[in-house]
Amino acid sequence: MDGAEPLVELEGATVRFGAFTALDGVDFRMFPGEVHSLMGENGAGKSTLIKAITGVLPLDEGSLTLAGESVQFATPHAAQAAGVSTVYQEVDLLPNLSVAENIWLGREPRRFGLIDNAAMRRQASEVLDGLGLDIDPASILGSHSLAVQQLVAIARAISTDLRVLVLDEPTSSLDTDEVAELFRVIRDLKQRGVAILFVSHFLDQVYEICDRVTVLRDGALVGEYLTTELLRIDLVQKMLGRDVAEFATRERVVEPDLPPDPFLSARGITSAPGIVDADIDVAEGEVLGLAGLLGSGRTELARALTGIDRPQSGIIRIEKSEVRLESPRHALQIGVVYSSENRRTEGLLPELSILENIVLAVQAQQGAMRRIPLARQRELAMSWIDALGIRPSDPDRKVGTLSGGNQQKVMLARLLALSPRVLVLDEPTRGIDVGAKVEIQNLVGELADNGLAVIFISAELEEVLRVGDRVAILREGRVAETLTADSLNPDTLLALVAQPDLPEA
Amino acid sequence: MRILRHRLFWPAAALVTLLVVNTIANPNFARITIRDGQLYGNPITILRDSAPLMLVALGMTLVIATRGIDLSVGAIMAVSGAVALTIIDDSPNPGSVGTVVVAVIVAVVVGLVLGVWNGFLVSVIGIQPIIATLVLMLAGRGVALLITGGEITTVNSAPYKFIASGYLIILPIAFFIWVAAVVVVSMLERRTALGMLTESVGINPEASRLAGVRSRGIIWSAYIASGVLAGIAGVIYASNTMAADANSAGYLIELYAILAVVLGGTSLMGGKFSIAGTVIGVMTVQALEKAILFLGVPPAQAPVFFAVVVVVVVLLQAPRVHAWGRAAGRRMGVGAKPRTDDRKEVAA
Amino acid sequence: MSATDATTTTSSASGAGAKGMIGTFTSRYASVLPTFAAITILIALLAGAEIYFGNFLTGRNMSALLLDNAYLMVLAVGMTFVIVTAGIDLSVGSVMAFTGIFGASLFASGVPFVIVIPVMLLSGVAIGLLIGVLVQYFNVQPFIASLAGLFLGRGLAYVVSLQSIRVEDPVLLWLGSTRFTLGDFYIAPTGVIALLTVIVGALVMHFTRFGRTVYAVGGSEQSARLMGLNVARTKVMVYVISGLCGGLAGLVLTAYTGSGYPRNGIGTELDVIAVVVIGGTLLSGGRGYVLGSMIGVFVFGTINTIINFMGAEQSWTHIIVGALLLLFIVVQRAIVARSDRSR
Repeated sequence: MDGAEPLVELEGATVRFGAFTALDGVDFRMFPGEVHSLMGENGAGKSTLIKAITGVLPLDEGSLTLAGESVQFATPHAAQAAGVSTVYQEVDLLPNLSVAENIWLGREPRRFGLIDNAAMRRQASEVLDGLGLDIDPASILGSHSLAVQQLVAIARAISTDLRVLVLDEPTSSLDTDEVAELFRVIRDLKQRGVAILFVSHFLDQVYEICDRVTVLRDGALVGEYLTTELLRIDLVQKMLGRDVAEFATRERVVEPDLPPDPFLSARGITSAPGIVDADIDVAEGEVLGLAGLLGSGRTELARALTGIDRPQSGIIRIEKSEVRLESPRHALQIGVVYSSENRRTEGLLPELSILENIVLAVQAQQGAMRRIPLARQRELAMSWIDALGIRPSDPDRKVGTLSGGNQQKVMLARLLALSPRVLVLDEPTRGIDVGAKVEIQNLVGELADNGLAVIFISAELEEVLRVGDRVAILREGRVAETLTADSLNPDTLLALVAQPDLPEA
Repeated sequence: MRILRHRLFWPAAALVTLLVVNTIANPNFARITIRDGQLYGNPITILRDSAPLMLVALGMTLVIATRGIDLSVGAIMAVSGAVALTIIDDSPNPGSVGTVVVAVIVAVVVGLVLGVWNGFLVSVIGIQPIIATLVLMLAGRGVALLITGGEITTVNSAPYKFIASGYLIILPIAFFIWVAAVVVVSMLERRTALGMLTESVGINPEASRLAGVRSRGIIWSAYIASGVLAGIAGVIYASNTMAADANSAGYLIELYAILAVVLGGTSLMGGKFSIAGTVIGVMTVQALEKAILFLGVPPAQAPVFFAVVVVVVVLLQAPRVHAWGRAAGRRMGVGAKPRTDDRKEVAA
Repeated sequence: MSATDATTTTSSASGAGAKGMIGTFTSRYASVLPTFAAITILIALLAGAEIYFGNFLTGRNMSALLLDNAYLMVLAVGMTFVIVTAGIDLSVGSVMAFTGIFGASLFASGVPFVIVIPVMLLSGVAIGLLIGVLVQYFNVQPFIASLAGLFLGRGLAYVVSLQSIRVEDPVLLWLGSTRFTLGDFYIAPTGVIALLTVIVGALVMHFTRFGRTVYAVGGSEQSARLMGLNVARTKVMVYVISGLCGGLAGLVLTAYTGSGYPRNGIGTELDVIAVVVIGGTLLSGGRGYVLGSMIGVFVFGTINTIINFMGAEQSWTHIIVGALLLLFIVVQRAIVARSDRSR
């Protein structure tokens, strides 16, 4: 197939958001009748690249060619008109309208100026039949499962002159049968010569359906490979990369073997979506690293352990006594705190001051009526600003004006001010500069040395190994193994993280 | 230049401008006279007449800070006024202070109960605030009409009339009531942590939940406060007219209150709020009303002016207009100076 | 429901299994259920009143039901368009008052109806256009933008006149007082206008691309935009339509009462919102029917008539309508919560 002309060709694509370069001179191509996968961790630039192809974002530099012609899509609709359609994970259709309308909206068949509903349903039926789908075109879209809605979105796409179909994480909330149905449709489209971009973090699926893989890391191109020629472990290594920044390996105080009595112990945690029967132990003075690919359930596990989401089943014990974490508030009360990976949407209050952001959780625990005296608030905030080195050290400055690293420290300060016993950190070093990163890593070590039980989540395996005493490896929502950090090196950890799961017995 | 950046600068400037224009247009506007040791004149009337709107706007400020809105305040006013007057009317001794005290307490408690109801619908059932409070806005006046038996109950009770038109030392009682309410609400919000937690819930409910903030209680308390304050406002309004008019008591006051809150610089998107701003906003609305009157416009036609004010205020807040302003500034070479920009991002 | 489940549901439906038919029905028409609830309530009210009073379901009564609420029906059609896009229009009552008094004053100064009636409709359109532009192009919340419209309409009504103005124009009087009779039933031209508005509204909503875009915008504005639908024009248009209906309602009410009055329609916006919601339109947008809103108007009118019959306080109407509104909102909330879970 390599002899064929590429249908889509992106050359030197660069997209910037202010000072931040999200996509840096990336070359990318797609061939007709081929399924292409785009791989990379969070922030690698996958979604930016998709948006650049589908007309959501303009290119700052570089060129886009479609079937040999240079094109520029001003809107997603312009891209659709040229035959480039996208189906998102969160289906961008209208759940309140019928399946037939969702397929034909904006292009409805009309008679005497009025919409001909019968003809529209008939034509919708034809499109759906063509895909081998038996869906009632008159039914309301919202009454169907997400899987069916995605198939309808594909039906809408192919009802135009479809040349390129982008599927952005289509399988992340589908079950096995639904994925099989989707793959059947994808293979069918492949036969018709459509170029398909399939983005998924499930390696098994990528290897099953894709012919070609492009790997991105930190907004730059790592390379383009044929799936058949790229070993799974090599793919993961290319995605995660090797970052040789200087970190002090931390002195380990605790015996790194499985501690005799874990401070927090979770058994059989199952939480939809994403976590199945997970067991986790973490002792005081220990950092437990959580390693896993994107979509392995890292965040879901952290949220289930800290009362953010209530797990369907499973037992959490703290100091051997069983606890039910009813709410984040309840978890904070018993000293289990969670720092979200999304500082912006689930963490900081940008319009409030550093001081207010730091004292917020302590104050919330105290209750609204018992205000911490202002002097005490200031003292508390200043002590954390000093301890964590938050810059600028002005407690009255609005948090929205701080850099990412300092915002992260404010988040930590808020939680540490509660004197927690279990600290769960979800990607605390993502999107911050190297200096702040090292500071936070060292801080995590110190906190553990002071007797905290820490669970540390990171996409960077080196970081997990450096900070963690033990490492729990997550694969597809299960804790596959828990090993001491000393017994692992980045290569062996990589192998474990990337290993395909054996089919269930 | 620091003062220019203070969030209350523009609301205050608008108020001062309005007062100055009024005074220039009619020097009588600012005249204050002393009769029997009591102050009279337009500024005093504004201070007195703003009591109902001030109380309602105070409660509205808290509700808006939680990303909510309370449309039922006018209806609550009608109910509480009707309750107070009906109690006095039915009592054998309408002139006694005891009767009036009971009537006022019951009326305010009714406001509280209605506030609890609104808060329950919003924070527990999870109905959109506009819709939840619409129910009471619709049904409330019906209830008020039932209480008064569909008639305009007129009452004669000196102690009750005193609430709205009496004087304490040299200033009207109604003025002292709203000042007290402002002080109590400010203390409650700023001396406890209620204000900060309210702002945090308004800015980001999910982040607040993760920080352990009990947002349900905080949202609920805002609607309760709004109900209580509307109850007091209803008592004052009824005392002013001495007639329980279920249809016109508090008519459109929810809209004027929202306008006053927005004029005071509190965003309808919730979050940061300013009680001082609301006080300025209410004064602005009242001064505008007086100004319109002074222009010889019949009060009934005043809404046209308020429509213009609403449009101007929302346009000044619209992002598109800001963009036009910046573009115009650049063309004229004034430019948005980098001074404001470099404050934004302070690196580590 | 997985893809395979969907298959079985539809195939068993064609097999005429009772369960499958219910499945097909709910998957097609679940959004009609609130309207059915409103119809059920209406029938129950009418039947109950007939049993209680014995002389309720008369032609005269039913004809009056339509005629007395003709203006409400016209307003409800416009409001349905707005609410289906997840907007709200508080200005309708005062727009109706303004266009009514404006028209009456023009008639009084001898302007012929061929000019007056278009002017009335266009003044409604102008206020609607102002609201729509504020909402769409200046990101003003519909609540606030239409609040400005409310103030404007009410103020302008008083600018036209502080008192009511009688109308002597023969055409307008014909509109309001002519009676076409059929046995005990009768209808006036204003009633015909109201019914025509409902029919045209329903046709536009269901059989034009604009109408379907109204639903699309209410379902998800962003998705509608991604599909290349003209969201901006649609959002402005629904407020224009609501303004037009406001103008038409002004005409209908002026013809019905034979005069213009600046205090007309105070609080009517709430009645209109209530009848639209009771008729099965979701305030969160995306679902609703013009015909449902008509049912809502009849429910409202029937409650009013029953209370009249009982000689009870008129204020009970609003209390009962408020309670019904609450009931519908809670039920809607439950429906939305359930569909959120099932997704």
